[in-house]
Amino acid sequence: MTRAMAALALDQETGPTPMPASTPAVDCRNVSIRFTTERGTVTALDGVNVRVPRGGFLSLLGPSGCGKSTLLRLIADLVQPSSGTVAVLGEPPAVARSRREIGFVFQDAALLPWRSVLDNVRLPLEVGGGQAGAGARSAEALIKLVGLAGWEKAYPHELSGGMRQRVAIARALIYGPKLLLMDEPFGALDEITRDRLNEELLQIWAETKTTILFVTHSIYEAAFLGQEVLLLAARPGRVRELVAIDLPSPRRLALRETAPFVDQAARLRRILETC
Amino acid sequence: MGDSVVAAPLGGAFAQDREAQARFDARQRRLLWRKRLLPIIALVGLVLAWWLAVVFFDIQPFIAPSPVAVAATLKAKFPMLMTNLAPTAIEAVLGFLLGNIAATLIATAFVLRRTMEEAFFPIAVMINTIPVVAKAPILVLLLGNGMEPKIAIAALICFFPTLVNMTRGLRNVSQEQLDLMHVLSARSREVFFKLRLQNSLPYLFSALKIAASTAVIGAIVGEWIGSNIGIGALIIQATYNFDSALLYATIVVGSTFSALFFALISLIERRVITWNAGRAA
Repeated sequence: MTRAMAALALDQETGPTPMPASTPAVDCRNVSIRFTTERGTVTALDGVNVRVPRGGFLSLLGPSGCGKSTLLRLIADLVQPSSGTVAVLGEPPAVARSRREIGFVFQDAALLPWRSVLDNVRLPLEVGGGQAGAGARSAEALIKLVGLAGWEKAYPHELSGGMRQRVAIARALIYGPKLLLMDEPFGALDEITRDRLNEELLQIWAETKTTILFVTHSIYEAAFLGQEVLLLAARPGRVRELVAIDLPSPRRLALRETAPFVDQAARLRRILETC
Repeated sequence: MGDSVVAAPLGGAFAQDREAQARFDARQRRLLWRKRLLPIIALVGLVLAWWLAVVFFDIQPFIAPSPVAVAATLKAKFPMLMTNLAPTAIEAVLGFLLGNIAATLIATAFVLRRTMEEAFFPIAVMINTIPVVAKAPILVLLLGNGMEPKIAIAALICFFPTLVNMTRGLRNVSQEQLDLMHVLSARSREVFFKLRLQNSLPYLFSALKIAASTAVIGAIVGEWIGSNIGIGALIIQATYNFDSALLYATIVVGSTFSALFFALISLIERRVITWNAGRAA
C-alpha cells in the first residue's frame, strides 16, 4: 500500500495557466526521508507516493510519528528528501516556493507580535521580492474573508487563538498561492472554535479554488474537510491507504451527525487501528 | 497599550453596559493613583524617620546630616552641584551610547557568525569579571586624565548586559517564524531586519534600562581616580572634608540624574514597543 493515486470527481481548473491541466498540484514519487541521530538512522518517510489534483482537498491523517508533518514540510521545501522526487505544479518545491505558489499555515500561527493584523497579513508582500501571483487579493479583502473585519489594527496578543489562526490563513493566501499547506492549524483550539473554523475553511477553499493539504490527528476533521484522506502509518512513516470521502458538498457541520459521515469516520478509525 | 485595546471593536468587556464600564474605569484610575502614591508616601515616611533619628539620638553632622541640612546644602550650592553634574552626565551619556552601540554591533556579528561568538564571548566574560575599580586605573593610564577614561568605564559597564541580552534577543526567534520566512523566500537581510531585530527590541530595552543607571555609576567611579570635577570628584572631596551634608546632596543629585535617565529610556521603550508581548513575558 505504498502507492496512492488521488482520484477526484471534479478536476477543477483555476484560470489560465501555462501548464497542462493534467499537471497535479502535488506529485511525490517514492519519497524517503532518513535522519541520522546519535542512536542511528531514523526513517521518517519510506517510499511515499502522493498525488493531489489541482483544486483538491487532501487530509493527512495518522498517529504521531507517522511523518505527516514531515511530508508537508517536504512539499514546502522546508526539508529535503533523501531519495525520490517531489513536484509542486510540475516544478521542484524550491522553484514553486520562490514563485509564490505555496502558502503555509503553522500550528502556532507564527504571527509576528510587533505587527498589527493588517501588517502581519501584508508581511509576504514585503519580503522575498514581494511579487504577488494572479490570484492575489487585497489584505483588507482577505481579513474580511477570514471574518476579522474591524480588527485590522489589533495586535496578536489581543486576539484569541482562533483569531490568530484566521490571521495566519489570510497571510498565507495574500499572494494567491495555488497550494495551501496546513500543519495541524486548529490542533490547539477548543472544539467549538475548531468546528467553526472547519466550516469556514471549506468556504474559503470553495472561494479561492486553491489546493489544500491539511494535516490533522482528528478523524472527524480529516473526514469533514477532505475530499480524500491519506492515512499514514508510523515507524517508518508510510502510506497506509487513500480513502475517498463521498459526501455531498457544500458540507455543513450538521453533516457529521448523518449516517454516511458516521460510517466514513468509523471506516477511517478501523484503518487507523492497523497503522 | 491602552489605545489599541480601546480601538478594537469588541475590546471592552462591558461594551453593552455603560454604567459598569464607568465603574470599571473609576476603579482602574483609583488603582493607578494608589500605585503612584504609595512609593511617595513610603519615601516621605523614611525621610521623616531619618530626621527624627538624627534629632532624637543627637547624631553629629559629620557622621550623618539631617534631611533639613541636606536640603539647605542642595539649595545653597545648587549652581556648584550642577557644574559638577555636567561632566558626569556627559561622560555617562556618551559612555552609554558608545557601550550600547558597540554591544549591539558585536551581538549582531555573533548572531550572523557563530565562530565570532565562540572566539570572543569568553574574552567578553573575562573582561566583565574584572571589577570596575580595577579597570578604572588601567584606563586612566591608557587614556589620560580627561573625560576619555570615564567615558570608557561607563561604556564598559554598559557593554556586557547589552551584549548578552541583544545576542539572546536576536537569536530567540521561533523555528516556526524562521520556517515562515523560508516559505516566503525571504532573503537573509529581510530575516534579520524584519524578524530578528524586531524580536530583540524588548531584550535590548531591558538591557538599556540597566545600562542607564550603571553608566552613571561608571562615570562616577571613573572620577574617583584622577579628577577634580564631577559628581565622583565631589563625593571624594566631601568625604575628606567631613562635609556630610554636601556628600548627601551630591548623592541626591547623582541619583536624580540616574532616575531621569532611566525614565527617559522607559519612555522611549513605551514609544517603540507598542505591542506588549515583551513586557508581559
